[in-house]
Amino acid sequence: MITAAVVPTTTWYLVLAAGLFAIGMIGVLVRRNPLIMFMCIELMLNAVNLTFVALATELTDINGQTAVFFVLVVAAAEVVVGLGIIVSIMRRRQQATADDLAALKG
Amino acid sequence: MFAAETLAGPSIPWFTLSPLLALLVGACVLMLGGSLLPQWPRGLYGIVSAATAATSIVLCFFLWDNLTDGRPETIIADALAFDHFAVLGTITICIAVLLASLTTSDYLVREGEDGPELFVLYIAAAIGGIVMVAAQDLIVLFLGLETLSLALYVLAASNRRREESQEAGLKYFILGGFSSAFFLYGIAFIYGATKHTNLGRIMKVLSTEQAFPRNDVLLLVGVGLLLVGLAFKVAAVPFQVWTPDVYQGAPTPVTSFMASAGKTAAFAALLRVSVTALESRVDDWRPVVWVLAVLSLVFGSVLAVTQTNVKRMLAYSSISHAGFILLGVEAASHTGSSSAGDGIASAMTYLLLYTVLVIGTFTIVGLVAGKGDVGSNLTDFRGLGRRRPALALALTVFLLAQAGMPLTSGFVAKFGVIRAAVETKSYAIAIIAMLASVIGAFLYLRIMVSAWMEDAEGEDAAPPVPFLSGLAVTAAVAFTLVVGIVPGWLLDATRQVVTLAGR
Repeated sequence: MITAAVVPTTTWYLVLAAGLFAIGMIGVLVRRNPLIMFMCIELMLNAVNLTFVALATELTDINGQTAVFFVLVVAAAEVVVGLGIIVSIMRRRQQATADDLAALKG
Repeated sequence: MFAAETLAGPSIPWFTLSPLLALLVGACVLMLGGSLLPQWPRGLYGIVSAATAATSIVLCFFLWDNLTDGRPETIIADALAFDHFAVLGTITICIAVLLASLTTSDYLVREGEDGPELFVLYIAAAIGGIVMVAAQDLIVLFLGLETLSLALYVLAASNRRREESQEAGLKYFILGGFSSAFFLYGIAFIYGATKHTNLGRIMKVLSTEQAFPRNDVLLLVGVGLLLVGLAFKVAAVPFQVWTPDVYQGAPTPVTSFMASAGKTAAFAALLRVSVTALESRVDDWRPVVWVLAVLSLVFGSVLAVTQTNVKRMLAYSSISHAGFILLGVEAASHTGSSSAGDGIASAMTYLLLYTVLVIGTFTIVGLVAGKGDVGSNLTDFRGLGRRRPALALALTVFLLAQAGMPLTSGFVAKFGVIRAAVETKSYAIAIIAMLASVIGAFLYLRIMVSAWMEDAEGEDAAPPVPFLSGLAVTAAVAFTLVVGIVPGWLLDATRQVVTLAGR
């Protein structure tokens, strides 16, 4: 029974991470709500984290795993700044979507 | 169990870090002093911030001297590089903080606001930028990039009364975060291909080709993503979409800081990563830089002509300037040629000269735009020559310099990168650059014609020129002309930046 089980290799994790990254990227490009776009960016960062951990495990190297901690800290800092900006915009208007933000053309 | 002494950290050369530490102290004094002490006298925040940047610049001169005696090295367990390249980048960014602080001080008075926050954010952004300029490790580079970017997002959105400013902040934040994710994904792939994030060690691994099979694909995808991330930050076409909106929407002094310090940090990082770590792979990344340079030159110049808002025009012109600097990067990629170093030196010189120019130009645009940054259309510049001849004259000097007129610093900058391109036999790109600068000249002439030869419809009051802004503009004009007339000393000095640490 155990021998029949499929053992996931590093490639699986890399493919999963690439999938998550692609979902995040498409989300930023097609969704119009700043909060959702922002969540998609976080998804992209976490896909990178998964990539780092998978590659570090394969290379048996600790540096890739420590990189994840730095990325987590940066992501947290981004949340603070991003939500700050979004909240200050929402306060002006009841509902904000990226399409409403058209005072600047382009 | 580990004994305590096995965990000893790397030795830290404090004096080498002194420009960074001076900025950190300045930021803490402003932030803590600003919130704990009662309201400071008007303008003092800006002066403290400018003094901090000036201190940093002076320390950089000492370090420069030390370096001329010693040799480039990497410090703090190879995390940062200490070489002329890093010191010149630090000086450039500190000059941006210095000039932007002076003009921001007057901007705050005009908008009826006061407080240390903007200055603290300038200094925080500068610290991030300096880390980027010196980063010898991709993770350190990422941290520097994020420190710089996060401060810039807040700065862009800093005017809470103007909807445009908020919108600029949000757009910059979303697209900046998007590009950071690409950049980081690139780092992850390069790490997967080489097992290192340190630039020096990546270079060694790549030059010895001790590879395992998946290496090449991973590495190429990684390099590609890394370049996409950096191209976003330097606003090279086709990754420039955010630039006009953000430059127009952000408060004008902040725009000038973004265009100078942000660009300098990102270009320095691009140069160091590509020339150090990816040295043995120049054939893979050179075509990408070539295409980015050509697209930026052409689209930046052409699209600038179609704009009617001066801040947007200058945003497109900054894209075209990014194309010129990429010309230097392209020249630096010809590592076999003896002139490759000229590419690095000319790109860094360009960044230094452009920093002064762009801050000077945007300062005048900000003064003309008036309260609320409302009047930055081309029509608002009509009759400036009659209303404020001195201001119009300074604007003319800056615009001529941006166009690359001889006897101004802009000529020295453009001549440097084009000569580097020609000497490395990249004739096609050099010719495209010259054509682009001709198209660009039309844009600058348009603003000058508006200022000198057209009359305002109503008799507007002359825009007031506060003391500190006047000082910043005068210093920038003097620098532009002095470097334009006697460029020798600067070129001799910047020739030393070609030796990068850890190579």
